[in-house]
Amino acid sequence: MAFAAFATAEALPQAPKRRSRIALFLLLPGILYLVLFFLTPLVSLVLTSLQAPSEFGDIGQYDYAFNWQNYVAVVEAYLPHILRSFGYALVATVLALLFSYPLAYFIGVKARRWPLLQSLMLVLVIAPFFISFLLRTLAWKQILSDESFIITSLKALSLMAPDGHFTGTPFAVIFGLTYNFIPFMTLPLYSTLERLDTRYLEAGSDLYANAFTVFRKITIPLSMPGIVAGTLLTFIPAAGDYINASRDFLGGPDTQMMGNVIEANFLVLQNYPAAAALSIILMAVILVFVGVYVKRSGTEDLL
Amino acid sequence: MEFPVTARPLPEDPMIRSLIASARRAQLNRRALLAGAGAGASALALAACSTGSGEARPSAAADKSSSDKTLNWANWAAYIDEDDAGNYPTLVAFTEETGISVNYEVAVDDNNTYYGKVKDQLALGQDIGADTVCLTDWMVSRWIRLGYTQELDHDNIPNLSNLTPSLREPDFDPGRAHSIPWQGGFAGIAWNKEAIPGGLESVSDLWDSSLKGRVGVLSEMRDTMGCIMLDNGVDISGDWGDEEYSASIEILREQVESGQVRNIKGNSYLEDLKSEDTLAAIVWSGDITVLNAEAGDKWEFAIPSAGGTLWNDNFLVPIGSPRKTNAETLINYYYEPEVAAEVAAWVNFITPVVGAKEAAIAIDPELAENQLIFPNEQTLSTAHIFRSLSGAEEQKYQAEFQSILLGA
Repeated sequence: MAFAAFATAEALPQAPKRRSRIALFLLLPGILYLVLFFLTPLVSLVLTSLQAPSEFGDIGQYDYAFNWQNYVAVVEAYLPHILRSFGYALVATVLALLFSYPLAYFIGVKARRWPLLQSLMLVLVIAPFFISFLLRTLAWKQILSDESFIITSLKALSLMAPDGHFTGTPFAVIFGLTYNFIPFMTLPLYSTLERLDTRYLEAGSDLYANAFTVFRKITIPLSMPGIVAGTLLTFIPAAGDYINASRDFLGGPDTQMMGNVIEANFLVLQNYPAAAALSIILMAVILVFVGVYVKRSGTEDLL
Repeated sequence: MEFPVTARPLPEDPMIRSLIASARRAQLNRRALLAGAGAGASALALAACSTGSGEARPSAAADKSSSDKTLNWANWAAYIDEDDAGNYPTLVAFTEETGISVNYEVAVDDNNTYYGKVKDQLALGQDIGADTVCLTDWMVSRWIRLGYTQELDHDNIPNLSNLTPSLREPDFDPGRAHSIPWQGGFAGIAWNKEAIPGGLESVSDLWDSSLKGRVGVLSEMRDTMGCIMLDNGVDISGDWGDEEYSASIEILREQVESGQVRNIKGNSYLEDLKSEDTLAAIVWSGDITVLNAEAGDKWEFAIPSAGGTLWNDNFLVPIGSPRKTNAETLINYYYEPEVAAEVAAWVNFITPVVGAKEAAIAIDPELAENQLIFPNEQTLSTAHIFRSLSGAEEQKYQAEFQSILLGA
């Protein structure tokens, strides 16, 4: 959404005047699409978030109003969940970056000499997408359950307390988020590293830079577009994710994130204004995060 | 709210009526809206029809059952007899007998999500694509309260005389004018026989320190809270209030926060029992029979000493369905004891049909003795129905319960 706003703001002034009518005409389907499927739901969401309970109304009945206190109420009630969402998403994004970078570097740079290996590894990165994300998360829940081989072995090796468990803990949720979003981090990183000109690296070492300095001063800056795209593709969905943290999957009662709170308010409590207010807060915070991040990392031209 | 604007009589069609009603609401609120949100007019028009404030109750659709011999039935998974080819033998026989072809859809997997899916159409009196749905007591109570169900014509359901007497006068639908039970079940406790050879007797046994972190409870408020309240000595069918509820919810809060309760789940609690993440739990009776058949005879179910909850899922006819008589014909068919016994033998829940037990003896004598499918008076006396809640109570109690499910 932010991307669309940036694009139109910059593209319009450059368009030649004479053709603007045709251009507008050609844009029409796109504009209609955005109005119908993005703008209207958004406005409807904002209006819902300001609703007040109907007088003498039954459960789930609300009237349009300007009840901005909804926002205060949800922040008061659900601040821990809001902080937890962004905390988990941040940790998962950093972990995904740490795991993905060496992997993407190997596929994109080291494996260039063996095209077959390169494509095989890419397929392996993408392969999990062929199985539903829900099924894979459920599978992990079984693999990491109390009586599973992994957990009983960890206990036998005294690496885990005898009455400890993994599913239903914050570690399990962050594990799930990291695991599920790694491909979203790896692919953009791969696509920038694949174009990395290794002659720069040679030039760096010719100038007596050690391997670490070459990496820090050449590889990282050149792969910045991939890092930014990967972290955005991981952080944004991870902050709003409600599957991994769900009690039915890897979470427990004390790992619930914003998505779970929105779901409970919407479906069980029928408290649509609270659910809508939380959704808007989630969107707004992500938008601010992303804006600051993109500015700081100096990659505005990406958008 | 009634607005004194009408000069002309409104058109007959329920959908057009409610559209006019919502358009009027939108007009009256427009000034306030523009001041507040500065929103586009197109969005307003769309938003205006997106919520049902429900002042005007929808009216029932005209019945065209005599010319239209079809029926759409929305139900839960594994809730009707099914053969290996995926056919439903009792439904096939129904079609042969009556000429009504039934489109049976497994469309309900949770009372709340199903309600969320159809509520806007119901508020407008539209056809939701199902002519009969089976939902749980408390949800049925909400539908009846909001006027989302059609009144049933008992003349078309003569077999209703086979309904178990104790289910004839529920507080949400006296005389069964709008809803008729399909299947029922108990919520009680179950445990892993290998891990807990001594077994459990009461809900408080779940709070024993030897089970720390290995206990599960249901995310269905009425079953979990019902069992805990019964354990606390509250008559859940009787006249209890905030005080009794709060005392019991504090027990649950303490057990969840201390980590005694591992997780709070809907149907997926079965996976936790299977993987042994939980060794004991508050569960639904029929599930344990199925689980034992599927994954080795490892679990045992019991109604807690202080009593368990009894719930029913009920047929109802949504307000916008034009095939009410067909639905009534179907309900009547399933109240024949032989048909009810055939279903009960497959689904393992409690049948509400008197005479089904005798019919079941012919199919499988052992089955007819199973107290969880054909409970006798003594078993039934230990199970209690959670009383109906008003809209305000429901909102309040559910919010407290959800605050435990969502943690801090």
